[in-house]
Amino acid sequence: MNSFLIAGLLLVLLGIAYQVGWSRSRNLATPNGVKVHSRPQYHGSLVAIWTLVPTLIILALWGYFGPDIVRSFAVSQIPADVIGGLDQMGLNNAVLRLQSIASGYGVTGELAPYEQAAGESLRSFQLLTSLLVAGVAIAAGIAALLFARSRITARLRARNSVERIVNLALLACSGVAILTTLGIVASLLTEAIRFFTFINPIDFFFGTVWNPKFSSTVAGDYGQYGLLPLLSGTLMVAAIAMLVAVPVGLMAAIYLSQYAPRQLRAVAKPLIEILAGIPTIVYGFFALVTVGPFLRDAGAAIGISVSATSALTAGIVMGIMIIPFISSLSDDILNQVPRTLRDGAYGLGATQSETIRNVLLPAALPGIVGAFLLAVSRAIGETMIVVLAAGNSPILRGTPLEPVSTITVSIVNQLTGDTDFAGPQSLVGFALGLTLFVMTLLLNIVALYIVRRFREQYE
Amino acid sequence: MDMLAGKVKMTQQTVNTAMNPTDALERQIRLTARDVTVHYGAKQALHGISIDIPDRAVTSFIGPSGCGKSTFLRCINRMNDTIEGAKVGGTIKLDGDDIYDPNLDVVELRARIGMVFQKPNPFPKSIYDNVAYGPRIHGLAKSKTDLDEIVVSSLRKAGLFEEVKDRLNEPGTGLSGGQQQRLCIARAIAVGPEVILMDEPCSALDPIATAIIEELIDELRENYTIVIVTHSMQQAARVSQKTAFFHLGNLIEEGVTEDIFTNPINKQTQDYIMGRIG
Amino acid sequence: MTDTLSTTTNASAERTKLIRAGLRKRHLTEAIFKGFGLGAIVLALGFVALLFADVLSKGIPAFTQSNLHLSVTYDPETIGVDPAPVRTAGQSDADFRAANLKWQRDVALLNWNKVVEASLRAAAPAGFEIDSRQILTIAETNARHQIRDMFVADPTLLGKTIEVDVLASANADNWVKGNIDRNLGDAQQQLSAPARNLIDTFEANGTISSGFAWSIFTNVDSRAAPAAAGLAGAFMGSLYMMLVVILLAVPIGVASAIYLEEFAPKSRLTDLIEVNINNLAAVPSIVFGLLGAAVFINYLHLPLSAPLVGGLVLTLMTLPTIIIATRGALQGVSPALRQAALGMGASKTQMVFHHVLPVTLPSILTATIIGVAQAMGETAPLLLIGMNAFVASVPATPLDQATALPVQIFLWQGNENRNFFEARTSAAIIVLLGFMILLNAIAIFLRTRLEKRA
Repeated sequence: MNSFLIAGLLLVLLGIAYQVGWSRSRNLATPNGVKVHSRPQYHGSLVAIWTLVPTLIILALWGYFGPDIVRSFAVSQIPADVIGGLDQMGLNNAVLRLQSIASGYGVTGELAPYEQAAGESLRSFQLLTSLLVAGVAIAAGIAALLFARSRITARLRARNSVERIVNLALLACSGVAILTTLGIVASLLTEAIRFFTFINPIDFFFGTVWNPKFSSTVAGDYGQYGLLPLLSGTLMVAAIAMLVAVPVGLMAAIYLSQYAPRQLRAVAKPLIEILAGIPTIVYGFFALVTVGPFLRDAGAAIGISVSATSALTAGIVMGIMIIPFISSLSDDILNQVPRTLRDGAYGLGATQSETIRNVLLPAALPGIVGAFLLAVSRAIGETMIVVLAAGNSPILRGTPLEPVSTITVSIVNQLTGDTDFAGPQSLVGFALGLTLFVMTLLLNIVALYIVRRFREQYE
Repeated sequence: MDMLAGKVKMTQQTVNTAMNPTDALERQIRLTARDVTVHYGAKQALHGISIDIPDRAVTSFIGPSGCGKSTFLRCINRMNDTIEGAKVGGTIKLDGDDIYDPNLDVVELRARIGMVFQKPNPFPKSIYDNVAYGPRIHGLAKSKTDLDEIVVSSLRKAGLFEEVKDRLNEPGTGLSGGQQQRLCIARAIAVGPEVILMDEPCSALDPIATAIIEELIDELRENYTIVIVTHSMQQAARVSQKTAFFHLGNLIEEGVTEDIFTNPINKQTQDYIMGRIG
Repeated sequence: MTDTLSTTTNASAERTKLIRAGLRKRHLTEAIFKGFGLGAIVLALGFVALLFADVLSKGIPAFTQSNLHLSVTYDPETIGVDPAPVRTAGQSDADFRAANLKWQRDVALLNWNKVVEASLRAAAPAGFEIDSRQILTIAETNARHQIRDMFVADPTLLGKTIEVDVLASANADNWVKGNIDRNLGDAQQQLSAPARNLIDTFEANGTISSGFAWSIFTNVDSRAAPAAAGLAGAFMGSLYMMLVVILLAVPIGVASAIYLEEFAPKSRLTDLIEVNINNLAAVPSIVFGLLGAAVFINYLHLPLSAPLVGGLVLTLMTLPTIIIATRGALQGVSPALRQAALGMGASKTQMVFHHVLPVTLPSILTATIIGVAQAMGETAPLLLIGMNAFVASVPATPLDQATALPVQIFLWQGNENRNFFEARTSAAIIVLLGFMILLNAIAIFLRTRLEKRA
């Protein structure tokens, strides 16, 4: 049955239900001047909701079980001796042919003797069942409608019922966020635990070699999955990013919030925030084709060998990406420091920079530290820039001038295109994801706690 | 700019060291304001204020809220500079020097004209560091002992030393409201200002703390020129020798405090003092 | 004056001297500090400018492309194939389609390169020496499909000659644009010497001309024919995903925010939800990709590479952003409005839906659009649910295989033909950024419009 037709019918039914409830409650009021508890709209809505629920349940049941029912009918139409000679694929094929005949499209090749008749009966079965289901659904809807209508009295608290239902719907929506977290934790944990059945957690968390083997001739040789090279790469890139982003972002925020004339602020603030809206893949490309080669050439010019894709390249570009994050958070926090503190310093004859350095920044310090932690968490979770520009070389190294790999890069490498999650090669992605999740979660909790305490201090 | 030269040129008024309050107007004049106007954007907040502020006496500005008394106070040490869109016109002279002279260093000016604010605003530092902050930035102490001395004497002058001498390293924000405000006064004194501006210094305090501060103001008057903005007429009557009444951005009447309260010339002043407006 | 004033004034003059002594240094520090601030702004804005200048300078040339104007002759001698099948009475749909497919297969098996080659030779000066492999490197490899498809659509073309524009190959395009060093030796050149000469000749006689590269917008991705690779498939994929995000994340997000802000009782549970949402907002996007791979693909067996799944993942990712922004907007509504509504006898639900929500609509709308734009630029989680598959068709439904604009950028930057794809990738970035700027502009426009009305 056409789903648009169903939706249309449903809408019509709802419209009628609403109208019925509406006019019924109107009629209650007019003749004898009774005070009706709820306005007609609420009665209408309540009747419509009553009508919708059973209809939807029936349609949903049919949507779930229907295809199986049709299929088993089709199978029952195939003679037993034919079925005996078919494997699973052949059976599927035979059913598909029947459905094709039933739809009137026809099939290629000779029809088997039973097929025409079977197709015809399948066709009438499909028609009959869909009519039946539609009929039952509508009947249930109408029955519910009539029942709801009979409940309408002047004293029925229709508004309260409708509002309770709205409330429940809202509650259900906020449950989605909880479910998401649960989903993340559950999926990361279960798959990571499966990974640890292949690889000892100690070898994972403290291993210094990352060398997953995709296809090994030796059974049971999965390669090595040491986290440390990835962790060191991740931290190195994040540290470089912070070295770029913190001074620039913080000074930009200070200048914009304390020094800049209004016009400059009005222009510069949104322009810097543009940096925050640029997709990370664009930064990655920028790092790969422009910043990386530039750093390599600049290094060559002063006699240092710098790899075009390196922790330095990825870190610098990631730092650029984080600048607006730091500057807008710091700006917020600086603006929350009460004006009276600044006035106090000015009143003593402090210059503006003395006021900022000695009074404003110390007062804002907790909040700014919180902002930095959030930025760090963003840096270690960032993926595309490092995928493109960090060089993907999972070796424990001390220099930022060489290619590195990070946790996120390895997740992408191990899981891209592989979704059967059979071996540690792909399952390790979840162990890495869990590590990343825990790291960012801890950073966020601490940061949010600090920022919250800071806000309360000045409220 | 040569301030000393300016001081020499200054016309000397009668120097009267006797502390008779009614002689307030006879004293040497420290500050003179002429036709001071303030605009916030398109809105005019002050309409040509002219007033003389005498040395080593307390001058109070009174008037209903929004009358411009705080705005005028903030003109005197150029705090309005920190408000975007504020424009000040007219002249204000400290010892004959125009404080709005473009050559004048506002940092130096504010060191000479200290300020205490409506809400106690100690820095989030220790009590010691709060008081030491001004001397430190201005380089007033040559050694640690110097600094200690300034801090202790400032705290003493502010009448706070005995209460906090054992916890100088604790944060200033941990003190009670009245103590915080006295800390702010000590902080202002530590720089060694000649004039202290006080913007409703007791409005956030309870009556007992207020009484202590008022007493302190009375003591400080011996060494400093004090200008206080207050919404409380009783406070003005208690602490000040000279009073100016502001209304709707205009200076309505000024004079010896006693005269203003007992025998106001202007009808509006009268109404305010009788509680009919405000 | 010191002679006329008391000792206090002496002390204050002394102090003034001390203060003045330090002023120069303090003002210098002030200037340096301020300079650092200004420098930071200049640096940050410089980065914005550099990034845009870089992408634009690389990408804009890719919006023009070399075309070949050819006279294509459907010579019956090369195209030896039966006439197209005609439907006979009583033939089932399936049978007719099978016959038609067989004919198309026959047509496809013909060597259409011969037709292309003949057309190219016809445009070349008489007697130009070039072998057939070399001459074919000038036209993009999809030219033969284009010419074939025209024949399939209209079998009466047999024996006729028509004018057709086909794309020049990526290498030829680079040569025309001057991206290839003409002084390199033959061994380093992608194109043979005769082919390079012929391109120059074509350029001179007008066979090759450059025009706006519509193919970027109308074509799907292609590996065999780089010059014909376009964004149409990725664009539709992104569009479907945004649709899913708008249909799911926006209502669910706004509803959760309303519940948490207006209805939720202050309890341990709502505190938990609040902390949870704040943390969810900061979970790295790739973790959402892991969630999608484990739950949607592996557990629920939803199809790989489908925009529907991508949209679901992005929905979960965007949800916290929308919830937080909406809550912020709701918190900003003045208590006076709420009290006024409640005072009139409105129920809490009525107060929220009739009074509070309309006031906050502009902010909610802006936050939503910005959240959706953010989702549109996301790449990492999509890689984990198979959306980086090579898809050479425009998805017809959200359940078909597709990729997305940012993923297409990722795929193109990895293409071996760097010389050509660097420009094309930049062009794709321009399209993506243009799209996002458009969304943001809409957000700003709507906000100002709605705020004026309110």
